Amino acid sequence: MIVPLAASSIHVTLGEVAAALALVAIAAIASRSWHADLEEDIGIAVVRSFIQLTAIGYVITVIFDQDSALLVIALITVMVVFGAFTARHRAQQVPNAFWPLLASLAVAAVATLGLVVALGIFPATPRYMVPVGGMVIGNSMTSAAVALNRLGEDVHDQSRKIEATLALGATSSQAVTPLVQRSLRSGMITLIDSTKTTGLIFFPGTMVGMLLAGADPTDAVRLQLILLYVLLGAVSIAALMSITIARRNFFTPAHQLREPPEP
Amino acid sequence: MLFELDDVSYSRGGKLVLRDVGIRLPVGASSVVGPSGSGKSTLLRLLNRLADPDSGRVVYEGTDVRQRDPLELRREVSLVPQLPALIEGTVHDNIAYGPRLAGHSFDARSCLELAGLDPDFEERDSSKLSVGEQQRVMLARALALDPRVLLLDEPTSALDQAARDAVEGTLKSLRARTSISIVVVTHDLEQAKRLAEYVVRIDAGRVVAQGTTAEMLEEPIEPEIAVAEDAT
Repeated sequence: MIVPLAASSIHVTLGEVAAALALVAIAAIASRSWHADLEEDIGIAVVRSFIQLTAIGYVITVIFDQDSALLVIALITVMVVFGAFTARHRAQQVPNAFWPLLASLAVAAVATLGLVVALGIFPATPRYMVPVGGMVIGNSMTSAAVALNRLGEDVHDQSRKIEATLALGATSSQAVTPLVQRSLRSGMITLIDSTKTTGLIFFPGTMVGMLLAGADPTDAVRLQLILLYVLLGAVSIAALMSITIARRNFFTPAHQLREPPEP
Repeated sequence: MLFELDDVSYSRGGKLVLRDVGIRLPVGASSVVGPSGSGKSTLLRLLNRLADPDSGRVVYEGTDVRQRDPLELRREVSLVPQLPALIEGTVHDNIAYGPRLAGHSFDARSCLELAGLDPDFEERDSSKLSVGEQQRVMLARALALDPRVLLLDEPTSALDQAARDAVEGTLKSLRARTSISIVVVTHDLEQAKRLAEYVVRIDAGRVVAQGTTAEMLEEPIEPEIAVAEDAT
């Protein structure tokens, strides 16, 4: 089981955070120079990230201090619900997308966190469950949103072909099978590709964080590998489950498209 | 009677597409004729439950279609859509799709022949066919289900004159060689008369005339006049 790295923590001052804003200024200047019209978005992103991360920092501090499983469960529940709300906006062509997203994020979080605890990889303490849960839910949200967005677009674009298949006696599930395969691929391919290139083209965040905090590189690499494998499992659960549930929402119980093609 | 529609209304996106439609389609060859947007394609989709009406009922051989299993009904009452929509793969893959789902045996070559195509088309890539050839493969894959009724939505609208004549010949030959009933949707009254024994004329979602082809020839009714009469 992985043990806490209490001795390797570092202290970061607000002044050092402010100094990093110099890099944000470069982004704003680049946007202004090329009339990309992103300065406002960059500003909002900086302010929101500061407020949100500072707030969650205090929440995590409280949860760590309390060492309460109930607080951990409450925080993960909030993240799952907020993740489903956020992902829903990216899957607007999917009818009632919220519930499939909520169910898939919840199952992805519970299954993967439960498994890493059961396998003895991480202890079931707030210090591990909160950050790992955040990574699992965040990546699962992106994966499920991309998969559902693709499914919604494909069902809309190929409604004629789907209805022609239904006319041959196919069930609604059979009629969208090729689309499900493509949507699942879309939802998972980004993480699979980044996992393939990790260590070659980029260093993932956890590893960088541990190295900066003074951890042994071997430990940093191993922890990163564990997280990558956990995330692969989580995103596949989220993408597959969200698609499996959401695909039914395009059809009536009589295997009819709710939005048939224009005559 | 093959199909009976009683006071059928259907709306789409808040717009009424069919209004209180009441028609009878006998066994044999029938045609539903009307201009674009008149609701005739929608009417066809109600016959094999690709859609259900908002009100009224659709009866097939004495039974309300809502009481039938939609998948079994679609295999028995097979629809060929207006625009070709083949699945990726060979012509054989397309013809085999429906029978495999149903667990039926099929003879792809005879289906192709019935649809007016050379049986050697079986191994052709479906994405490399002309529109006319795709239309016929759509017909062949519907025939592979061994249906009792074929619903054909504008089967010649995308074809030139020669291909149109060929498809009409194919449908007439099909009727002569099999006991299959057909319901053809078309905007062309002359084609309806050539293909069908019973004709229903529809405009703006309402039935404006229906009768045997002979009756329709005797008393031709212009859709515009019928709509004006209907509105009064």
